[in-house]
Amino acid sequence: MGTSFTAEFEATAVAELTCAHCGLEAAPGEARSSDGALYCCAGCETAASIIRQSGLGGFYALPDRRSTRVEVSGRSYAEFDHEAFQAAHVRSAADGSAEVSLYLEGVHCASCVWLVERVPLIVLGAIRAELDVTRGVARLAWDPAQTALSTLARALDQLGYRPHVFRGQRADEARRAEERVMLTRIGVAGAIAANVMTIALALYSGFFSGMEREFETYFRWLSFVLVTPALLWPGRIFFTSAWQAVRNGGLNMDVPIALALAVGYVQGAINTWRNAGPIYFDAVGTLIFLLLVGRYLQHRAQRSAADSAALLGALSPATARVVEGGEIREVPTEAVLPGMLLDVRAGDTLAADGVVERGNSSLDLALLTGESRPVSVVEGERVFAGTVNLSAPIRVRVEEAGVMSRLGRLLRDVEDGARQRPPVVLFADRMSGWFIAIVLVLAVTTAALWWERDHFTALDNAIALLVVTCPCALAMATPLSFTVAIGRAAKRGILIKGAHALETLTGQGTLFLDKTGTLTEGRMVLESFEGEASVRHLVRPLVLALEQHSRHPVAVAFATAWADGPTLEAAVVRETLGGGLYGVVNGHAVIVGRPDWVRGQVQRESRAVREAASLDARLTPVLIAMDGEIVARVGFGDPLRPEAKDAVRELQRRGWAVSLLSGDAPEVVRSVAAALGIDAAHAEGSASPERKRAVVEAARAEGTVVMVGDGVNDAAAISAATVGIAVRGGAEASMAAADVYLARGGIGSLKELVDGALRTTNIIQRNMLIALGYNLIGVTLAMMGAIDPLFAAILMPLSSVTVVVGAWQGKTFPRSGT
Amino acid sequence: MSVLFLLVPLAIGLVAVFVIAYVWSSRTGQFDDLTTPAMRALHDEPDATAKRAAR
Repeated sequence: MGTSFTAEFEATAVAELTCAHCGLEAAPGEARSSDGALYCCAGCETAASIIRQSGLGGFYALPDRRSTRVEVSGRSYAEFDHEAFQAAHVRSAADGSAEVSLYLEGVHCASCVWLVERVPLIVLGAIRAELDVTRGVARLAWDPAQTALSTLARALDQLGYRPHVFRGQRADEARRAEERVMLTRIGVAGAIAANVMTIALALYSGFFSGMEREFETYFRWLSFVLVTPALLWPGRIFFTSAWQAVRNGGLNMDVPIALALAVGYVQGAINTWRNAGPIYFDAVGTLIFLLLVGRYLQHRAQRSAADSAALLGALSPATARVVEGGEIREVPTEAVLPGMLLDVRAGDTLAADGVVERGNSSLDLALLTGESRPVSVVEGERVFAGTVNLSAPIRVRVEEAGVMSRLGRLLRDVEDGARQRPPVVLFADRMSGWFIAIVLVLAVTTAALWWERDHFTALDNAIALLVVTCPCALAMATPLSFTVAIGRAAKRGILIKGAHALETLTGQGTLFLDKTGTLTEGRMVLESFEGEASVRHLVRPLVLALEQHSRHPVAVAFATAWADGPTLEAAVVRETLGGGLYGVVNGHAVIVGRPDWVRGQVQRESRAVREAASLDARLTPVLIAMDGEIVARVGFGDPLRPEAKDAVRELQRRGWAVSLLSGDAPEVVRSVAAALGIDAAHAEGSASPERKRAVVEAARAEGTVVMVGDGVNDAAAISAATVGIAVRGGAEASMAAADVYLARGGIGSLKELVDGALRTTNIIQRNMLIALGYNLIGVTLAMMGAIDPLFAAILMPLSSVTVVVGAWQGKTFPRSGT
Repeated sequence: MSVLFLLVPLAIGLVAVFVIAYVWSSRTGQFDDLTTPAMRALHDEPDATAKRAAR
């Protein structure tokens, strides 16, 4: 009795330690209980009470519920109700309801779908909620007369699904519509191809074992009836594309395809009519289907055009604080207009271009210019949207906002660059012109050679040649190999958006590297210390105590480098903008800051500092003074990534002219170039985004240009290059503009990318040789008149199968996990 | 074997029905999201949205 009671008690005790909402362990200190249930945090408690009050207790009966602590942002989402927001993102339906798409954080499971779609039961006035869990986008419909969008947003926030504006709407819908059309075509073509093939199977077996005449005629007519819609509907795109190419005086892959389809179909129809000779309907049907599949794969791998409006939205903050009549009001960034006065707190991102009207601070311009060191601004100076205010609050009078801001114009350059870039003609496409011309000449020759003997045999042989040399395998070889390679690369953190990137990277040309973030870590790190060893231990906790009070990158670097020391509390701390920090810690007067500023206050220097060699140009010096004597000099720098040097050397060995193109100070760029073994003549610093684009465009006139970068400041140059590569940690803009995105960051993946590109191109060339080999045999046989319809039908798909297997087996990028 | 003259057109008619169904579903965007509906189907409670709309 006693033991079983204890066991029961222990079981409840264990059960009570987990949160009733998220099921995670509730830490004793933070646990709270209400309604007889225990919760791990206030967020979970609120969410649970909302769920129970709305009669949605069924949530807790769902299998595999989301087990994430509910973290509420607590924002008012008032900007969602603003006119400008509503005009930009909300659609109104005829019945007076409104609809919006929101991106929700943290949706990933079935229980999320359940809960989010039951929001209409929680918020009165909400009509409908539909969640697309893969993309995390919810479509909400509500009645504006009964509730506001901000109420809905707050409810989602309280349930743990933080809502954000979904900005890619327009591009997303266009892409979707296109994919739907393609899928429809593939489905129709596939259904027809399968049925025509089945009938063809009956005909072929009849060919061997004999078939009654009436059935043969019947099946031939059936094939004709079936294949006609395939040609007229899904197959039509080949004719329109071929016609366009011919009208523009060129030949593309679609010309022989259209020709083979048309000739095969017409001759098949004639043969059906006269009830003799081969019908090519099965080949026609399968060809349409396979080519459409190849195109769909290619389309999915292609880069989506960058939408500058969506990018701008992603980079600028969602809201800005406007000062109106002495009061500060939060408005959506869309509503910021020239002439408004903005209040920008430390840590905020600027929402518009303007002039500082009050306050001095330092700004992080890295996003816009790539400069790694903070820049100080004073009253009357111009500041730009997208930069981050680092140290003190400022008031900014808006001059240009939205698409007219410098950031907006830069992103429009990105969009233009992507649109104007001439399409790279792939090797396969270049070859196809020749291939087509040769096939056509051969077909005519065959017909001419056989003409005298028998007109019908002549035509049959010519068509057999056209069908057997059908560029199906050739057309499949390239997109399929690229698709397989791109899929493998993606698993290794290399996202390739355009097949042409892989082909271009096998060649040679100019390769521009951005410094910040690409070759370097992209953050300040303490790299050198000059001073007495004994001083170091003494000074360390003192400096740390001071720097805790600042958000300056140098302060952050101090905190990371010396975090393991003991912590002290500073009694007095004063920050001088553009100078440094002064404070009293443990009775010592400590000054940390820029050399000229520190020397202005303290004259005496310790011997170690006086005799220290001049600092590497790459490093930013900071002096530390204690009790009236400068005791140490510290150098901060953005360290090179360890793999950078090898990667650069390897690329140079392959014939790439590697250059540096950075927005950072020239002496910093030169020092990095020297460390990497890049000639100083090929290292340009202080390059503005506009300058970078100009340099890349100038180089393009001379050949292939690859631009590797990470920031918004590189985006225009990336989109102007033959192949643009964005590196992790980078801004969304450079990712959207790039053809390749290296998700693992750094330059190490670049080498892997170049290797993989080389192997992929080799496989494609091998596949093409195989396909050409098949065609050569086919052509010979057809010209000799030795080919019968059965053999042509077997040979044609056989070459495709070989190519498919070749593409799949090819070692392009190492399979992940091995 | 003359039954083929009846059966094959019937089969093709069936194919046509399925193709039309496929075209309709593809055009109305039913292949846009292949994950969420599968999750939704697991929830046996009556659809909250439908209930609200009926009221």
